[in-house]
Amino acid sequence: MAGSPVPVPESTVLLGPADVARVVDRMAHQLIEKAGDSLADLVLVGIPTRGAPLARRLAARVEAFSGARVDTGTVDITLYRDDLRLRGVRALEDTVLPPAGVDGRLVVLVDDVLFSGRSVRAALDALRDLGRPRAVQLAVLVDRGHRELPIRADYVGKNLPTSRAQKVRVHLAETDGTDEVLVTEGAG
Amino acid sequence: MKRHLLEAADLDRADATLVLDTAAQIDQALAGREVKKLPTLRGRTVVNLFYEDSTRTRISFELAAKRLSADVINFSAKGSSVSKGESLKDTALTLEAMGSDAIVVRHSASGAPHRLANWVRGSVVNAGDGTHEHPTQALLDAYTIRRRLGRLDGVRVAVVGDVLHSRVARSNVWLLTTLGAEVTLVAPPTLLPVGVGSWPVTVSYDLDAVLPKADVVMMLRVQLERMNASFFPSAREYSRRYGLDAVRMAALGDDAIVMHPGPMNRGMEIAADVADSVRSTIVEQVGNGVSVRMAVLYLLLGGNA
Repeated sequence: MAGSPVPVPESTVLLGPADVARVVDRMAHQLIEKAGDSLADLVLVGIPTRGAPLARRLAARVEAFSGARVDTGTVDITLYRDDLRLRGVRALEDTVLPPAGVDGRLVVLVDDVLFSGRSVRAALDALRDLGRPRAVQLAVLVDRGHRELPIRADYVGKNLPTSRAQKVRVHLAETDGTDEVLVTEGAG
Repeated sequence: MKRHLLEAADLDRADATLVLDTAAQIDQALAGREVKKLPTLRGRTVVNLFYEDSTRTRISFELAAKRLSADVINFSAKGSSVSKGESLKDTALTLEAMGSDAIVVRHSASGAPHRLANWVRGSVVNAGDGTHEHPTQALLDAYTIRRRLGRLDGVRVAVVGDVLHSRVARSNVWLLTTLGAEVTLVAPPTLLPVGVGSWPVTVSYDLDAVLPKADVVMMLRVQLERMNASFFPSAREYSRRYGLDAVRMAALGDDAIVMHPGPMNRGMEIAADVADSVRSTIVEQVGNGVSVRMAVLYLLLGGNA
C-alpha cells in the first residue's frame, strides 16, 4: 500500500432515498398480506446496527397501512458470532424485546444486507435463548447472494447480483444521515 | 483492550468505559431470561489460580466464565503441589501446557500477576495481589455507582478505613479518578500509606466532616489478618471514629449510597442496620460483579485466536 497512490474505489448509488422508501412500503404490504390473521402476533426484531431502525420503519409502515399495532425489538448477535476469533471483539449493541416477549409469536428478523447468512444464523441462536417464537421469518432490504449457509429471506427489498469482491453498503437516515444503497467495486 | 488486566491504573478512560458499557449490554441481554448463558467463549479454558482465600471473587469469576460457555478449572494452593514446593512459574506453565487460555490469579504477593504475564502466552487477570490492586472490584464498584447515580463524572466518593492494606482502595482510586470522580480517603493516619500525598485524592482524618458532601461512601474492611502492629488502640475506638452507623448515615445526602466490597465485619466498620439499609448496594455489587467479569473475559478472550 505504501508509495503509489491508492485509487479511490468507485461507488455507485443503486437506491436513493425515494427508492428506499418505496421498497420499505412494498415490504410492509407483503408482510401484511403474508401475515394475515397473525398480524396481532407479529414482532419485528432488528439486527443491529441498521436492522434496528429498519425494523422500526417497517413497523411504522405496517401500522400505517393496516391500523394494527406492531411490536418491535432488537437482538444483538455479537456474543453469538462465529467469527470473533477472526475479526476480534467489538462493542456490544442493544438487545431489547417487547414487554410481551417473543414466546408463541411470529418473529420477523430484519437486517439490511443478506450476504453469507452467518449473521442470521447467529440471530437465530440468540433468539432461541430469548424465547420460543411460533415461527421465525426473515426480511432484508438487500439480498446480494453468496450464501454460505442454507438460509433464505422471506421478504426481500431488492435482489442485487454482486461479485464477492464488491461491497454493498446500506445507509439509513437514523444511523448515517441519509437513505441509500451503495455498491463499491473491490480492490481486486 | 490490552491482553491482560493487571491493574486499574493501566486502564484509560476509553477502555474502562468500554468495560462498563459492555457489562451494561450483557446485563440488558440477559435480563429476564430463563437461560442465562451465552456461547461466546465456547472451547476456551479459564483457570482460577487462587493462592489466597476468596468466596465472592472466585465464584464470581467462575460464574462469569461459565455464563460465557468457557470451561473453568479452579485451582487453590491448598491441597495442590504448591504444598510440595512448586513455584508460581512452574504451576502456571503446567496449567498452560494443559491448554488454559486465561489465568485469573489471586496471590498474597503484590506484583505476582505481572510476573505471571511475562511467563505465559494467554491472558492474565489480576483478582487481587497483596496490597497492590484488585481491578475487577474497582470496575464493578464503578459500574454500581454509574447504575445507581447515572454518572461518574464529578461524583464525590469517600473511601473510608484501612487504606494501607487495601488493594480495593488502590484500584478504586485509580479507576474512579480516571473516570472523573473525586475521591477522598478517610482513615486514621496509621492506616494511610506513606506515598498517599502523590495520589490524585484528598485525605481527611475526620469522617463526620466528609459525610455530608459525599455521594458515595465506600467502607473498607478492617483487615484483621494483616493487623500485625498497633494501628489503632482498640476495635471499639476505631468503630467509634471511623465506623458507619445509623447516626452517621443520617448525615448523608438524600441520594447518597453506601458500598462495601465484602466480606464485612458487621459492628466494626459498618453497623448491621446500615449494611441492610436501602442505601446499601452491597448485595447489588456482588450481582454486578458477575456482569463486569463477563465483560472483562469477553474483551480479553473473545477476539484472541
